[in-house]
Amino acid sequence: MATLEINDLHVSVDTENGPNEILRGVDLTVKQGETHAIMGPNGSGKSTLAYSLAGHPKYSVTGGSVRLDGEDVLEMTPDERARAGVFLAMQYPVEVPGVSVSNFLRTAATAIRGEAPKLRTWVKEVKEAMERLKIDPAFAERNVNEGFSGGEKKRHEILQLELLKPRIAVLDETDSGLDVDALRVVSEGVNRVREGGQVGTMLITHYTRILRYIQPDHVHVFAQGRIAESGGPELADKLEEEGYESYVKGGAAA
Amino acid sequence: MAEAQNIPVGSNTTGSIAVAAESTVATRMSAEPSFDVADFPVPHGREEEWRFTPLERLRGLHDGSAEASGSLKTEVSAPEGVTVETVGRDDPRIGRAGKPVDRVSAQAFNSFEKAAVVTVAKEAVLSEPIRVSLHGEGGVSYGHTVFEVGAFAEAVLVLDHTGDNVRAANVEYVLGDGAKLTVVSVQDWDDTAVHCSQHNALVGRDARFKSVVVTFGGDLVRLQPQVNYAGPGGEAELYGLYFTDNGQHQEHRLLVDHDSPNCRSNVAYKGALQGAEAHAVWIGDVLIRAAAEGTDTYELNRNLVLTDGARVDSVPNLEIETGEIVGAGHASATGRFDDEQLFYLMARGITEREARRLVVRGFFAELVQQIGLPDVEERLIAKIEAELEASV
Repeated sequence: MATLEINDLHVSVDTENGPNEILRGVDLTVKQGETHAIMGPNGSGKSTLAYSLAGHPKYSVTGGSVRLDGEDVLEMTPDERARAGVFLAMQYPVEVPGVSVSNFLRTAATAIRGEAPKLRTWVKEVKEAMERLKIDPAFAERNVNEGFSGGEKKRHEILQLELLKPRIAVLDETDSGLDVDALRVVSEGVNRVREGGQVGTMLITHYTRILRYIQPDHVHVFAQGRIAESGGPELADKLEEEGYESYVKGGAAA
Repeated sequence: MAEAQNIPVGSNTTGSIAVAAESTVATRMSAEPSFDVADFPVPHGREEEWRFTPLERLRGLHDGSAEASGSLKTEVSAPEGVTVETVGRDDPRIGRAGKPVDRVSAQAFNSFEKAAVVTVAKEAVLSEPIRVSLHGEGGVSYGHTVFEVGAFAEAVLVLDHTGDNVRAANVEYVLGDGAKLTVVSVQDWDDTAVHCSQHNALVGRDARFKSVVVTFGGDLVRLQPQVNYAGPGGEAELYGLYFTDNGQHQEHRLLVDHDSPNCRSNVAYKGALQGAEAHAVWIGDVLIRAAAEGTDTYELNRNLVLTDGARVDSVPNLEIETGEIVGAGHASATGRFDDEQLFYLMARGITEREARRLVVRGFFAELVQQIGLPDVEERLIAKIEAELEASV
């Protein structure tokens, strides 16, 4: 069973005024089949955690460890992490001009699966996944994320999640900027993947809204670069009522 | 792709729109266009038209010291409806599309012995492209070629330059009324070759000229596509792609002279550079003269710098003498390889090498698609991949 273990993770970014520590000792274990909601105010370091797990070069790990089934994730390049089963659905997916969605998906699937998917079954697989996410078939011939609306970009991320079938999925504010209809479609996509029981999910979000569609097993409040409180789904209800104020103030005082 | 805010050290992107400007294309050239080499002083390198070019690498093409000593093997394959002739210097069909604009072009015009004239009969619609392959076998050569496409005829022409040569040439494209010509000129020279060529297109009334210039090889390549319109309603599309390697100087200098009403032009050149001593130059001059009401023009240059130290000079320049136009614009941007694109692709399991390949292929894709000849497109893609293999 796949287990992602994050221990005392410290991460900095370089700024004009020298390195700025954003993650200050994150501890978290995510097992296959579990869903963890990571919630927190803006600037608490949630997205930094997401990008650090995927290996974005902007972030420097200064301490701690990340292991996937005992393997050192931090030693891996971003593509090695993806092939090991870590998937990051990005908050701001990047435009890649001149590369069609169909070419991109097939190249990614070939990389992740270790061999090119058989063309006939692959076309069907993509078509059905796109239908489920209510993505216009014409999208296949468009360039990756180029001219996509916010909702289209997020659906395209979840399409990749469904096709690449990772062991650990990190969803970075997949809900932000979505209207209710799009949120439902995207959540259904995530739930289909979760129902397979093969994926451990880290659902990073600012709002509790998406948790009505995707039920987490665990809820963590992120503040000042670490997990400030952990609990079950009831913690989300508390956040819904009280907001993040107590964590922000508490952190500032500490 | 990488936009203007992302300009690496060693690149230079400037542009101007001049309305009734003091410094015009005409006045910033050191001499008027002329067929006579004596009308052009030997350049010293500070002239506007020479300031980016390393004169010492022209191997004497610019100062009269390069004697025609070499050989260039030429093969032409042409379908029915095409006449291929070799003619003397006094043939009246020579020199109609425009005059040499600099010393090297004038030197070529003064130095060629025989010219090739390729004629597509009027109203002939060719089933196959005309293919001209020029293979340099060392030494210096001068050339002159006229391609004439009769009224309402349609033709595709592929010019393929390979081998080693120090070459200066003029190429004329004369399009009759309503004619359609697509030219693909591939510069796939050995790394030692020097190639200076002026391409003059004279676009007839309602005629359509499309040129795709592809430059990979050579030590120094300096091409000057020029477009003039013989009547109203003409259209010119000028596309180019170049892959400039370490040590190469590749320069493309375009001039579209709108002097007839209701004509269109669209220019798009894209280049990738790799290696510290790679230097690409792109000059895009567009003139809209007072008589050219209803003109619609746009020009674009994009450069993708794959490694540190490569240098790009990109200068779009638009001069407008009438306000009665449909549109006029230009854009130029030089950027590094976009690390965010790389990360996005790698985060999907794609290796760095494969990700770079995808992005560079994507960068050139829209221009490659313009060629419309599968065999040439495949060769170019293979060439781009080979260049990238060398860089990774």
